[in-house]
Amino acid sequence: MKYILPGFLVALLLLMALSVTAIAQEQDETVGEDVDTLMQPIEQEPPPKPVITAGEDRPNDNGHKLTIYWDYPQEATGKIDYFEVYRAESPDGEFKLRGTSPSNYFEYFDIGDSDENAEDYLENDKDLYYKVVAVVEDGPSSESDVAGPYHAVGQWFHTGKVPVMIAVIIFAMFTIYFIQSARKGKDLFVRPLAGIEAVDEAIGRATEMGKPILYVLGIGTAADIATIASFTILGRVAKKVAEYQTDLIVPCYDAIVMSVAQDVVKSAYLEAGRPDQYSDDQVFFVTNAQFAYVAGVNGIMVRDLPATNFYLGYFAAESLILAETGNSIGAIQIAGTDQVTQIPFFVVACDYTLIGEELYAASAYLGRDPLLLGSLKAEDWGKAIFMVLLAFGVLAVAFGWEGFREIVRVNL
Amino acid sequence: MSKTKMTAWVVFAFVIIAFAVSVALKGALVTVGAFLTLFIFSFLYKDNPYYKFAEHLFVGVSAAYWMCMGFWGTMVPNLFGKLYPPMVGGVLPALKDNPAEPFMIIPLILGILLLMRLAPNAGWISRWALAFIVGTTAGLNLVRYLRSDFIQQINNTTFSLYISSAAGFDFGQTMSNIVIFIGVLCGLIYFFFSKEHKGAFGAGARVGIIVLMVTFGASFGYTVMARISLLVGRMQFLFGDWLGMIK
Repeated sequence: MKYILPGFLVALLLLMALSVTAIAQEQDETVGEDVDTLMQPIEQEPPPKPVITAGEDRPNDNGHKLTIYWDYPQEATGKIDYFEVYRAESPDGEFKLRGTSPSNYFEYFDIGDSDENAEDYLENDKDLYYKVVAVVEDGPSSESDVAGPYHAVGQWFHTGKVPVMIAVIIFAMFTIYFIQSARKGKDLFVRPLAGIEAVDEAIGRATEMGKPILYVLGIGTAADIATIASFTILGRVAKKVAEYQTDLIVPCYDAIVMSVAQDVVKSAYLEAGRPDQYSDDQVFFVTNAQFAYVAGVNGIMVRDLPATNFYLGYFAAESLILAETGNSIGAIQIAGTDQVTQIPFFVVACDYTLIGEELYAASAYLGRDPLLLGSLKAEDWGKAIFMVLLAFGVLAVAFGWEGFREIVRVNL
Repeated sequence: MSKTKMTAWVVFAFVIIAFAVSVALKGALVTVGAFLTLFIFSFLYKDNPYYKFAEHLFVGVSAAYWMCMGFWGTMVPNLFGKLYPPMVGGVLPALKDNPAEPFMIIPLILGILLLMRLAPNAGWISRWALAFIVGTTAGLNLVRYLRSDFIQQINNTTFSLYISSAAGFDFGQTMSNIVIFIGVLCGLIYFFFSKEHKGAFGAGARVGIIVLMVTFGASFGYTVMARISLLVGRMQFLFGDWLGMIK
């Protein structure tokens, strides 16, 4: 009997030990199964497919450009890196990568070359097919269905420039009307300009002093509007100079400008009845390097000591150097340019300055040519329309009509 | 020999010696650059032979340089190289295989017309080319200026003269808009040539010229600042590259 209790306890312990061992073994097997489960490769799901919704020709151009649009779930944009856009000439053809688009941007502007010999040539009116790939750099990407055909088309009319066309038509109508009026003898009033009123006085001063007149046309080309305006004033000055028998010096920066200036001065001398006094040496080429030209003209100023200097035309950084040198020799100076940044220098160093458009007005005022007068009047009417539109626009915005700004917008 | 002539010869001798010493110490290129700079600066004192020398050298070299540039940089690649590319293959091999552009015959003809000025009895023909150049440029510029200076200007100046935000009335922006609006309007009045500047119109024009002068003043200050930087550049060359006083 005395062995029953210890035997029972031993049997119980053995049973417990066996149970614990069995449970532990069972648990080991479970953990092993879990680890095996974790070690299996994860099947990553590809992102959603993009859906191409449209392929549109870019408006208001010569063609060769298309914009491709697609839909994509907004919540999936974070899962992809970017989109790739491919193009082919048939649904089964070879799709070539055209470019990429950020993951949150669902359109692509396909700009092709207009040169048919170029590798990137995009032909107008040709069937083109596209597909878009949502790219995940370290995982599976998904590809849209092939969409198309889409066509690039060239337009004859740029609708975004309609306001410019209307402005051109109105301006042309005004110009034609006023030119015709001037030709019929209608007196078109142009207010006097101080700088131009002083031209005769300046030429007279040079004549009295027996000194030459220097006329600088600036560093523009013969096609610059300021230079063209300056030619007209040069004609007037040259005519007066010929009448007063004063010397005229015209150093030129550009060979074509020189050529035109020679014609202008020669015609003026002829008109004044003194063609024999004209010499091609009066109007000469210096150089077409900006500061070398300045050095040359400055040299002429300090050696020939002109009594009157005209600086009329297109000027750049040389304006102050010329005007200061002219000022230092005591010449009366009349300047004019349409270059806003150079006008301040002329204002401080010259006796009279024609500011911007005054230069164009001066040529019309002096020339009294119907063409120039008509154009000037048309410009004034253009400015009047500008002021009316400006006042109307501010009122429109004040009353909440923002649409007015759209009417006067040029969409390039 | 008069005293003036004597002084001139002494200065000349000094310049020659200084030039020789500088060439020996600093090399020919830097010396030539430095002396030409000083010659040009000497104009600030008065016209003198050194300035004349630099001026004539500058004018002559630049005229020759730009003539060569005009030929090799414009005529050869843009005219000959496009009319008949194999012709320029020797000097510009990259253009050799380009397709010929027969339309370039038009600028060639216009260029020849311009040169007709040199012919005593056919000078008038050059006016055709000039008319083409001037007319084309004027036509192109008309559209460009109407777009940028007219239509776009109206668009940019069409704004509210009373600005308020969530924080309330924006005094600064409101004043800015009013000044721009009045400035543009009065500036236009100043440039209106069909009416005398008298009465209320004259008052508007006076405000316009004040606005313009304030603008010119700001532009003047800004540009002078840029010119000073050019002077600083020359000083750095003289005192740094030449004399070595600035490291």
